[in-house]
Amino acid sequence: MNKILAAVGALVLLGAGYYLGNANQPEPTVIKVPAPSRGDFASAGASEVAAAAGKVSVRAWETPTSGEVIIVKDGESIQEAVKAAEPGAVIKIMPGTYRETVYVDKDNITLSGVIEQGNYPVMHGEGVRNDAVLYSGNGFTVENLYITKYKGNAIMGQAGNNYIIRNNIIVDTGVYGIFPQLGKNGIVAHNVISGIEDAAIYVGMSDNVDVVYNQVFDSVAGIEIENSRSALVEGNFVYNNTGGILAFITPGLPIKTCGDVIIRNNFVVDNNHENFAIPGSLVSNIPPGTGMLVMACDDVVIEQNIISGNDSVGVLFTDFSLAGNAATDPDADPNPNRPKILNNIMQDNGKNPAPLVRAFLATQLQTRGPDFVDTVGMDDGCILNPERFRTLGLDKYGDCDFANTRTVLTYTLPEPVPPRVNETNMEKGKLAYYGVCAGCHAYGSRMIGPPTQIIQALYMDNPEGIAAYAANPVRKRDDYPEMPPQAHLDEETRLAAAKFMLGLTR
Amino acid sequence: MKRLIAFCFTFVASVCSQAGDEPIVLNVDCPPGFELSAGHCELRSLYQLYPSLQNAGVGGLKTGLPQWRDGFTPRQTDLGRYLFFDPVLSRDGTVSCATCHAPDLGFSDGLGRSVGIDGAMLSRSAPSLWNVAFLSSFFWDGRANSLEGQMVGPLFDKHEMGSNPQLLLSTLNGIQAYRELFAQAFPADFVDKDASIRLEQVYTAITAFQVTLVSLNSRYDQYAHGYADALTEPEKEGLNIFRSFVARCAECHTPPLFTNQQIAVLGTPEPEGMPFDPGAAVPMNEPSQRGGFKVPSLRNIELTAPYMHSGRFTTLREAVSFYTGGRGHAVPEGEELKIHWHIWEPNLTDAELDRLVDFLKTLTDESFKPETPQRLPSGLQLMHNQVAGAGEFDNGVDDHE
Repeated sequence: MNKILAAVGALVLLGAGYYLGNANQPEPTVIKVPAPSRGDFASAGASEVAAAAGKVSVRAWETPTSGEVIIVKDGESIQEAVKAAEPGAVIKIMPGTYRETVYVDKDNITLSGVIEQGNYPVMHGEGVRNDAVLYSGNGFTVENLYITKYKGNAIMGQAGNNYIIRNNIIVDTGVYGIFPQLGKNGIVAHNVISGIEDAAIYVGMSDNVDVVYNQVFDSVAGIEIENSRSALVEGNFVYNNTGGILAFITPGLPIKTCGDVIIRNNFVVDNNHENFAIPGSLVSNIPPGTGMLVMACDDVVIEQNIISGNDSVGVLFTDFSLAGNAATDPDADPNPNRPKILNNIMQDNGKNPAPLVRAFLATQLQTRGPDFVDTVGMDDGCILNPERFRTLGLDKYGDCDFANTRTVLTYTLPEPVPPRVNETNMEKGKLAYYGVCAGCHAYGSRMIGPPTQIIQALYMDNPEGIAAYAANPVRKRDDYPEMPPQAHLDEETRLAAAKFMLGLTR
Repeated sequence: MKRLIAFCFTFVASVCSQAGDEPIVLNVDCPPGFELSAGHCELRSLYQLYPSLQNAGVGGLKTGLPQWRDGFTPRQTDLGRYLFFDPVLSRDGTVSCATCHAPDLGFSDGLGRSVGIDGAMLSRSAPSLWNVAFLSSFFWDGRANSLEGQMVGPLFDKHEMGSNPQLLLSTLNGIQAYRELFAQAFPADFVDKDASIRLEQVYTAITAFQVTLVSLNSRYDQYAHGYADALTEPEKEGLNIFRSFVARCAECHTPPLFTNQQIAVLGTPEPEGMPFDPGAAVPMNEPSQRGGFKVPSLRNIELTAPYMHSGRFTTLREAVSFYTGGRGHAVPEGEELKIHWHIWEPNLTDAELDRLVDFLKTLTDESFKPETPQRLPSGLQLMHNQVAGAGEFDNGVDDHE
């Protein structure tokens, strides 16, 4: 199956050769003393994040805590602690082995492993459990855990904002190691991840994420930034994966853009692992020996990475031709627009290209994989010192008007994302009244329950009475059915709804 | 019975409608879930408390809604309700919108493949109308991008309601009660007493009604808003399987609507004997979308069996089992499909499949189900309850093991 896909991909890449006409001529080396000065990097994604000016620390925020501490010991359940926890709690997990899936659907929870003499708390999936940690709360930290042998992901977020995933060791957990998705503002730092059959770190449909100082190896993809905006990938050690660092648009997802990704100061070394991805997955298309792959993602900056020993290619820019096994998405732009290649250290790449890459190189009368290749032949890219590198398809790249991205220290936000939208006319009591109560109570007419007008007459200045009754209703009137309890709304919401109900005039 | 109604419809519709009843007066209140604001009904939901990434309306528990339609007047909404239930909209007065979108059947019809006018067997299943206010594409193949654009399909399809624009307008304009109701709902258009009903008004009114079919108060929603006890332990297990990266259900059936509104190629089987449906490949003119269908919302999914675009699966249990059968296991020989990457071999256990079904049933909420009109402006009888029991039609699932 994979072979067929590879063959299809090769054909498409062959077609791309049309754009690469004169790529084989060496760039003339121009010596300039002193070097010309350049402007500052300007990033659309930096507009709302902490700029360098006046800031001495970055990523300095933490998940808010309340002082509540819950200690979980070997033999106990982490999930029971989560159930008992209030927002702001810190759950300390002692060394031991925990065989469970932990899900966190509360705000501001910290799961923090306690490491003693090198002994971690171990979450063990035994090859049968799905995911180790699932979170959806606004504000979440998970740190200091050793996670192994889950079928799905080690740590998976669904729409949680303001998350910190750090200092975890993840070994052989199936599909993804760390997978925050559909969230805004996150830090993925200092994790050690290996043996993953898709991406070790996979940032999917997210905004404002820093992926920094991680060690990822022996996986199909090291770090993948997918359909995300404002992502900083910095200082990671990425080796012996099939592909090292990826910035992707996956077609067919509801959020269809990828852009403002800075990949800098990473070590991307010897990513020559055979591809052991699940058939049909997008990463099953990655040729072994790929240092970096930018597919359809815009405004990707590649800066001061050490990219060495990747046998097929150092850095590959391409379009959806590498995703030939997915249905076409007319709403996603396939081109990797405005690629920006700053200074990078490239050594020893392309010396044993994978068959797919070899076939493509043959069309260019070459045998060795390049440091940089652009199969689309973008005309809006830039590269510094192109003469230093072996390149293909970069003929139309210009000079960059900036030399570094030091104006962007982080893409995380200076303040956490608030848990609620703040819009006038969307007050909680009103939303609860119309969104829930109105199913049974109309203003002036009988529905399932008595009209609001009658309730107003009964309770006058007593919203507390309504709120209390709604939580534990008893049958009061023969002519109406008993009200179902509304304790699912918290006290604050019930009271707000009651006040709104009493103030309603129509 | 049918013939009698058709007779009444064809020759004396105006007489039938004047059968001595009080004139119908349209409701001036908004339906549940809507606030009357400057004369218009605006949606209100606790989900409006939450943001969503890129305002896409996809995410997790506390994620805001996708863009929605609202802002119609109470009278337009109520007029839409009458039109929705009135078989006078069809060619011969036998089929209403509610025939295939019956309120008591999850605004679907309980059939694998729907049945149109003259008992015509259609090729696909009627999608539920719950929460259509939040959708940006319509039909299983996504070929319409608005409710107004969608409804001209069934109204004027010769096998569905069988009408045509001229017939529909002459029918409605021929019924005094409707002329009065349209004048109530669209007063600015009827300043001139001789003004007649226009198609746009019909589409607007039916849309106004359809967007009130909001279902966001299930037990799942109570859990999402923070009430941990709203779900039982097995249901929470089901939720975790649902959103796990093993089952991957939530990757496409993404909260809060439980759809990401994309087209996906799954390779589900057709009923025995039915040819393979190319799906979205046709309207998109895109061969790689062969077999692609819109990801449906799972809200109120418990109410809308059988499942998939042509109803091959009779139960939720069968439907969820499809996803653990392996990539392409049901694709007919000779079909080369670009099956979605999330279709894989999760090796879910029987117990896990049961828990998934447990969880799916927590998405049921009909608390805002509208009232069916007691009588119709055309004077015709409600028809949808009769067709709902159409057991005599072979929906193709009987041959399935």
